[in-house]
Amino acid sequence: MNNNNLKRESILATANNLRWEVGENLHDTLMESIYENATSISAKVVIYPDKKPAFSLDRTLDKILTSKYLGFPIMFLILAVVFWLTIEGANVPSGLIANLLVDTLHPILKNFASSFMPWWLSGVLVDGAYLAMAWVISVMLPPMAIFFPVYTLLEDFGYLPRVAFNMDPLYKKVGAHGRQALTMAMGFGCNAAGVVATRVIDSPRERLIAIITNNFSLCNGRWPTQILIATIFIGGAAPAYLAGIASAGAVVFIAILGIAFSLIVSWGLSKSLLKGEASAFSLELPPYRPPRILQTLYTSLIDRTIFVLWRAIVFAIPAGMVIWLVANITIDGVSVANHFINWSNPVAFIFGLNGIILLAYIIAIPANEIVIPTVLMLTVANLALSGIGGDSGVMFELDSVTDTASILHAGGWTLLTGINLMIFSLLHNPCSTTIYTIYKETKSIKWTVISTFLPIVMGFTITFFITQIWRLIFS
Amino acid sequence: MTSADLNNCANCPVHNMGNLKKLGIDMSSFDFVVALAGNPNTGKSTVFNYLTGLRQHTGNWPGKTVTRAEGGFEFSEKKFKLVDLPGTYSLLSTSTDEEVARDFILFGQPDVTVIVVDATRVERNLNLVLQILEITNRAVLCLNLMDEAKRNGIQVDDRTLSKELGIPVIPTSARQGEGINELLSKIHDVATGKYICKPYRLKTNSSELNSAIEKLSNEIELEYPGLPNLRWVALRLLEGDQSIIDAIRTGDLGNLQKDLIPSEVDG
Repeated sequence: MNNNNLKRESILATANNLRWEVGENLHDTLMESIYENATSISAKVVIYPDKKPAFSLDRTLDKILTSKYLGFPIMFLILAVVFWLTIEGANVPSGLIANLLVDTLHPILKNFASSFMPWWLSGVLVDGAYLAMAWVISVMLPPMAIFFPVYTLLEDFGYLPRVAFNMDPLYKKVGAHGRQALTMAMGFGCNAAGVVATRVIDSPRERLIAIITNNFSLCNGRWPTQILIATIFIGGAAPAYLAGIASAGAVVFIAILGIAFSLIVSWGLSKSLLKGEASAFSLELPPYRPPRILQTLYTSLIDRTIFVLWRAIVFAIPAGMVIWLVANITIDGVSVANHFINWSNPVAFIFGLNGIILLAYIIAIPANEIVIPTVLMLTVANLALSGIGGDSGVMFELDSVTDTASILHAGGWTLLTGINLMIFSLLHNPCSTTIYTIYKETKSIKWTVISTFLPIVMGFTITFFITQIWRLIFS
Repeated sequence: MTSADLNNCANCPVHNMGNLKKLGIDMSSFDFVVALAGNPNTGKSTVFNYLTGLRQHTGNWPGKTVTRAEGGFEFSEKKFKLVDLPGTYSLLSTSTDEEVARDFILFGQPDVTVIVVDATRVERNLNLVLQILEITNRAVLCLNLMDEAKRNGIQVDDRTLSKELGIPVIPTSARQGEGINELLSKIHDVATGKYICKPYRLKTNSSELNSAIEKLSNEIELEYPGLPNLRWVALRLLEGDQSIIDAIRTGDLGNLQKDLIPSEVDG
């Protein structure tokens, strides 16, 4: 054994000596010979066309899609079309699923459970866990089943590297990696997926920046909140014929604001906690390929939609139980939820929000998509409104946006509350799945904590200023 | 019917097609391990999905396979385990994906390494091919994206390429499944030893380098006889590659055997 070690060390010693002989430019010599050999072989086997084709579709498309002036407008337009397709297309199936799971199945289950369970058990299980799950499925499944395939089709076609190409100079300027543009785009579907996707970034410094700022990409679970609030408050404030465009514009604005924040925060991080220069990377623009529609539908459904949905369901069930419990457990005749709401209302007022919104964001940590149902349920319970929705502490769905609007208005919501909620929905802690994923990817409590609290601090700061300025102007 | 006829039958793609059994992630007991390497965005994952029947997500952007994916298929009564490596432009730098790819080809000792090459960018892709051929003796070149090459009027002489490199070269269009059967039978031939590769070895102009490599490889061979990639190990030692230095020191280099295939799969 000892003998072996000696022999091995002598090999290494020989290598060390020889290293001096071959000189320092060994790597360059080697690379040069590889290139020379490759060139000479390829010269023997590849015949290129004599004339370049007069019209190359790939090059023409690239000129337009990555053009200095048209690149960004086209990107935003494509973004808007994808969202429009998602919003419009998801409406009807969402309603159908809600009809089945909430309107039809829920009373049946409730009746069945009440027949042999104590009221609190059927409440926790059926009104809490089951309804939360039903809500998440009906709210999430249809938009995801549209968004992910469309996104994957764009990916398959080859548009994503062009987005990265457009964004690269911006990310480089702020000291981040150009591929962060890709992980950011991924985050529009799901932040947890976006965080995992940062593995394509080699440098640990730039990867951390990409992980921390991924939350600024509005994820799928936050789109419904943005759309609903924009429709009620922004669309409601605009003249009727402009309502649709105004609310869609507001949502795209929030999305772009998110991109702007990801750039600003990346810049801040690379100047402070994560100092360093942007590393160079070569981004190859692959040829455009006609997307294979059926296969894409299949893979994006299996890989992304079902995967993300399952995760959401797993987290929504316990959250539903908590919602039911805080709305139904009473201390001195007042529910725990109301205690918290009354206590936090004065604080929330400073930020132009209200106690219900704060409580909803705490309960909804597992999944952003249950924020709006929680807000509505808590508002109804808090106001003890009668005649609308179900019993207190039961999450329900309202048949029309107008119903939702009337509840929120009754709850004292104004245009300011709406704007602040949209900002807060963009700037708050990532959902628990994303937090867990960040921990798994970084293996660091410090960076997980920073990723979690940085956006909340930003959210409160910005809503604070909006609120104070608003009140100065309008009062 | 003569025996020649029978042979023809066995060589016919239709017959082979019937032979391909997609095993997905059923990975119990394998006869051969096949690694799938290549530049980013050459269609490795498409080839992988086609062979295994798995639907690993493919995307038209470079660098989307970050970790190794594994699957299996059965062909000609032999079971193959297929490992999809991250796409890389070279094996000489120290980025994570290049290390994953290189370590697997070196330490995982696959029976066959399939190198997927973009037919429209042969020259640049050859840089990686030449590096892989320094490490392994058993490789098959899958000249993919032939449909795109045709569309762009690029012709590649696959027979000459095969003679030059000393390994089988199969033109394919994996998205359409074209050429996959020929690819399968060549993987089979190389794995079973029916086809003996005579891989191209790098020619360098630097005489100091050549003599240094020779000197060092002779010394390594004394300690580790029968190492298939002596020259390459010597080259890496000259460059001061830490993981190779460690492998020499611990003796891992000598234990390059089938049962040492790292089996952890990330993600």
